[in-house]
Amino acid sequence: MTEALLALWDGAFGSSYAIWSATLVRSAPLLWLGLGVALAFRAGVLNIGAEGQFLMGAIGATAVAQVVGRSVPGLVMIPLMALVGGVAGAGWAGIAAWLRQRFGVLEVISTIMLNFIALATIGWMVRGPLQEPTRIYPQSAEIPWSAQWPFLIPGQRLHLGFVLGLLACAIAWVVLTRTATGFRIRAVGASPSAATSAGQIDVGRTVMRVFLVSGACAGLAGAAEVGGVTWALYEGISPGYGYTAIAVALLARLHPGWIVVSAIFFGALEAGASAMQRDAGVPSVVVQVIVAVIILGVLAGSQRRTRVDALRVRAGSGR
Amino acid sequence: MEALLIPFLDATIRTATPLAYAALGELVTERSGVINIGMEGIIIAGCLGGLVAAGAGGAAMGFLGGALAGAGMAAIFAFFVLRLRADAIITGTALTLLGLGLTGTLYRGLFGLEGAALGTPSIAPIALPGLSSLPLVGPVFFTQTGMTYLLYLFVPALAWWLARTQAGLALRAVGESRAAALAAGLDVQRLRWGAILFGGAMGGLCGATLVLAQVGTFTEGMSAGRGFIAIAIVVLGRWRTVGTTLAALIFGGAFALQYLLQAAGWALPYHLFLALPYLLTLILLAALRGRAEAPAELASQESWSRA
Repeated sequence: MTEALLALWDGAFGSSYAIWSATLVRSAPLLWLGLGVALAFRAGVLNIGAEGQFLMGAIGATAVAQVVGRSVPGLVMIPLMALVGGVAGAGWAGIAAWLRQRFGVLEVISTIMLNFIALATIGWMVRGPLQEPTRIYPQSAEIPWSAQWPFLIPGQRLHLGFVLGLLACAIAWVVLTRTATGFRIRAVGASPSAATSAGQIDVGRTVMRVFLVSGACAGLAGAAEVGGVTWALYEGISPGYGYTAIAVALLARLHPGWIVVSAIFFGALEAGASAMQRDAGVPSVVVQVIVAVIILGVLAGSQRRTRVDALRVRAGSGR
Repeated sequence: MEALLIPFLDATIRTATPLAYAALGELVTERSGVINIGMEGIIIAGCLGGLVAAGAGGAAMGFLGGALAGAGMAAIFAFFVLRLRADAIITGTALTLLGLGLTGTLYRGLFGLEGAALGTPSIAPIALPGLSSLPLVGPVFFTQTGMTYLLYLFVPALAWWLARTQAGLALRAVGESRAAALAAGLDVQRLRWGAILFGGAMGGLCGATLVLAQVGTFTEGMSAGRGFIAIAIVVLGRWRTVGTTLAALIFGGAFALQYLLQAAGWALPYHLFLALPYLLTLILLAALRGRAEAPAELASQESWSRA
């Protein structure tokens, strides 16, 4: 037990390599994904499909890097990968948004179905159109050098995607709290009927846009993972980041500022868990259990507080 | 033609059986006005519960173990949603993660990395005397495992229970209007606890059936989205017992088609077939637009997430 916990700590914070090349590298996708989930939840959109949107973003970024990467410099290539990844993620989320808007299909179910379809798509891609030239391994060839995202610190693996994720959280914080768009998102999430009648807000349009932005964040995470970490596409590219992102968002109470803290926490957990599996033989799926327990803990805590508040209100109005 | 048709229909019934257990469980839960999106976690718990119990005490114990594991997971859901009034959708998502993570961890802890409890007891199909020799119908419907036959008895029983008994009426009343049910003096909390636990036990049976009657072993994540498909099946079946059972057959067919085309060496990529049941779910959900026939407590957008 102590051995396992020590391995967990060492793997997450035990050395400068653990911090800059493991914990923060794993926090990078969680920043983007957690932000995407939080934005959607804020507007009352239950996007459980970050995993699938991430995979589609990774596929899109790999494809564009393979096709044009050799003839274009990095200065053009990297924004192009981010763009294609973001559009792919938004498009994948767009299917669920369209199904909800047009046919009233519950997005919880549709996004999860789309996760499975994305997983099948990546399985097909790495054995079909994007397979490496020798056609032996189920993975893509390494993306060209110009498509590899720059490292931030010499000798460490922390990449550009992390800083961009921080920036995205800052922008989202300003938009949510300081702009009319942010107000619309929060109003729709709080009560769609009140937003329509009192705020004259086009709920359908707001929901659609937030859903697309949420998907774009997840797709960008996928592009950053391919460009900054794996440099190739393969089936196991996400160890369930899209599901961990739900815990990231909830633990941060859907606040973009706290997403940074919460993403680093879960990044450390992921990094520590793989060290724990390597050094102490404890299976890393245990992280999923921890994630679930944290979500349940947050639910239990926040529900108790709202109940206490409700009692207080009731007691006050009774007098 | 018949050489292909009979194996296909036989596989349809076989793969539809566990789906029907989970979907009927979810149906009862939803008729009480609560959606349990954590069915996936319940099923995978039933898989491992079934495997462990069957290893200890034979196949019959396996089904009991699966049902208990499922009900145990459902109890966590009921505690959070009914007692703490937590958001049902998020609690359900957490339950799925918990089920997948816990079974993966426990399985590796119990069986090591090589895994594979190869000596898992399983149940074989039984040809019903007389009925099984009927043309077409016989080999399709009457050479199945005991779990399928149990389902033949259970479906009419559940339909009758929901439609004709006092308890069934009470359950439906709670699902239609919590306020009216409370006013009529029904114990809403207790009925919902019962419906959720029953749904959990049925989901657990689905998992145990997968392990003991279909696959023969446990693999991580083997529930493969069946919990979410079960929820779609209930929508497709319009929250009715017979409708849900027929909808389960359609999805059984989608899985069976996958095996059939794979075996026939079809030229299309294999992964396209992997996506088929999930694609079908999306298409059918879209085709059946509207929630007109959903229990009223589920139907309003707000109570999808607040049970």
